[in-house]
Amino acid sequence: MTDLKLHEGRLKIGDLEQEVIHKGRGQTMLLLHGGGGPLQPGDMIDRLAERFEVIAPTHPGFGNTARLAHINSVDDLSYLYLDLLDQFDLRDVILVGFSIGGWTAVEMAVKNSHRLSRLMMVGAVGIKQGDRETRDFPDMFAIPPDELAALAFHDPAKAAIDFSTLSDEQLTAFARNRESLALYAWEPYLHNPKLKQRLHRIQIPTNVCCGASDGLVSPTYSEGYARLIAGATFDTIAEAGHAPQMEQPERFVDWVLSRAT
Amino acid sequence: MRSWFFTETAYPYLPPEEEFDSIRVKLPNQIYDPVKGADLYHRYLDEWLHADDIGLDIMVNEHHQTATCMDPAAPIMLGILARETKKAQLLLLGNPIVNRRDPVRVAEEMAMVDNISRGRVVVGFVRGVPYEISAMNSNPVGMHERLWEAHDLILKAWTTHDGPFNWESEHFHYRQVNIWPRPYQQPHPPIWITALSASSVARTAEKNYVAATFLTGFDKTREIFEAYRKKRAEMQASFNNDRLAYAALIYTGETGEEGFAGARKLMWYITANKVPIQFNNPPGYASVEANVAMMKNAKGPYMFGDYSLETLIEQGIVFAGSPDTVYKQIKHFYDHVGGFGHLLIMGQAGFLEHDETVQGMNVFAKEVYPRLKELNISTETDA
Repeated sequence: MTDLKLHEGRLKIGDLEQEVIHKGRGQTMLLLHGGGGPLQPGDMIDRLAERFEVIAPTHPGFGNTARLAHINSVDDLSYLYLDLLDQFDLRDVILVGFSIGGWTAVEMAVKNSHRLSRLMMVGAVGIKQGDRETRDFPDMFAIPPDELAALAFHDPAKAAIDFSTLSDEQLTAFARNRESLALYAWEPYLHNPKLKQRLHRIQIPTNVCCGASDGLVSPTYSEGYARLIAGATFDTIAEAGHAPQMEQPERFVDWVLSRAT
Repeated sequence: MRSWFFTETAYPYLPPEEEFDSIRVKLPNQIYDPVKGADLYHRYLDEWLHADDIGLDIMVNEHHQTATCMDPAAPIMLGILARETKKAQLLLLGNPIVNRRDPVRVAEEMAMVDNISRGRVVVGFVRGVPYEISAMNSNPVGMHERLWEAHDLILKAWTTHDGPFNWESEHFHYRQVNIWPRPYQQPHPPIWITALSASSVARTAEKNYVAATFLTGFDKTREIFEAYRKKRAEMQASFNNDRLAYAALIYTGETGEEGFAGARKLMWYITANKVPIQFNNPPGYASVEANVAMMKNAKGPYMFGDYSLETLIEQGIVFAGSPDTVYKQIKHFYDHVGGFGHLLIMGQAGFLEHDETVQGMNVFAKEVYPRLKELNISTETDA
């Protein structure tokens, strides 16, 4: 297992200290979470950790990880995690990105994939496919919470949060997550106008998936994304929305194992 | 104390409230009838001109994509008033410099109107209410930083007179800033900044700008004013109550009944503001702490709920009644908050008709204002 030199359980890359889940043995798998917030310890991670050495950091501004003034874009995140790979001399890494974490992963891969063996994209955003009057995604900042939940989840009732049951710490993380998503996603909205023209640079095996019921990042979008990356596979996960790892953890891990091993 | 007359220039001819879910951002402009709208513009301008005639100062503001305010470009309104008025100070509260992408243009507009008015312009800078971000795609995260960055650039544009300067900051890039005209007032027009909370007022106090509060009621206003005074004291710097402003809905009738009737119409300002949560509380607009409090069911700002007129008066959000009643309400508020130098009168809203508006202005100017003027001596440095 790699020595990540954690400080009281936190990962230090440059002057940033991040919460991190670090578990398992095997080929290194770096998981980059999406805008909904950090991945949680639990069965899904445990099952991946049976087969891989899982590293799942929390992006600056999310959860309990500080925001740094100079890290305020997905581009910045891509350099942060390229630094992580270099700092710990990680090799043959399977890079898995969810939503804006997926966008981050694609940005990393087009810049420098020498330490990467595979790219796996889950409901990833990041390129513009529609024309100038056609947005690829609903404007999540202009939709009421219950409608947003209906778009984001196959079964919104299961994902509903009762704030009255959350501690102050949990509420704080929730508020920070919302704010950080806005920071990274705002403009251009959930994409880098230049990223599409750079996708030819991805020459490593790539696997794209999304929840079949994803109303935020549609299967059409994900399939279009896959077609633009040489040799990329595309799968959907049934009865799941934008966070298949949460709604269908078993099927999600099955997909990872089927494509990555 | 100075009193400033204000109308938000609403277009009140709306379908029944049940037929739309938001008055802001997405209400289609099909609802706006240009013929009626044009009449309203001229009527509202007449009310401001009347304010000038009777010795009140004037305030205008700017909002976007809403029937609550037909003025998405306050500098235009200010330009008209600069030409048409003679005496009144002209307060624009405020330029939404966090949302506008071109601070140099803001500097130019204010300098131009300052000249046309021959030095009567008072420049407000605001972060803006939360629903303004949609119109300009303005990121609700980092607004405080962008406000001061834009402010710094505007100040430099106003006060640099020896030719072009360069500016390459995080959000703004210019290589040849050299505005024409330069402001009429030297070194620049007075500056006001709106304050919603004690924490956000510190920087305004540091610069000795006027801090303007809006409908914040007794305790919240006192908290904000005290934070301002405390900051000045910490700096061992001078302080005068002319650095503090408060806006309320105000209607003065000849009789109590007339006063309340007018105030009930002014309440449109509050009751018509139907805005769903996604526009009311975009992420990053309110602090993390404020959001946590809201998730635990505290009320956000501007959420007045179903308050009655009596409650709004009790809260210090409305001052209404006969002249003596209105004076006493204002004095009571004044004493509670430790005094303030500027009263911003939201004196027209919704379906309050022209003659009713003018009546309210006249009675206030004649019966209440003279007594208020005794409350505070302004220094020469005020605005």
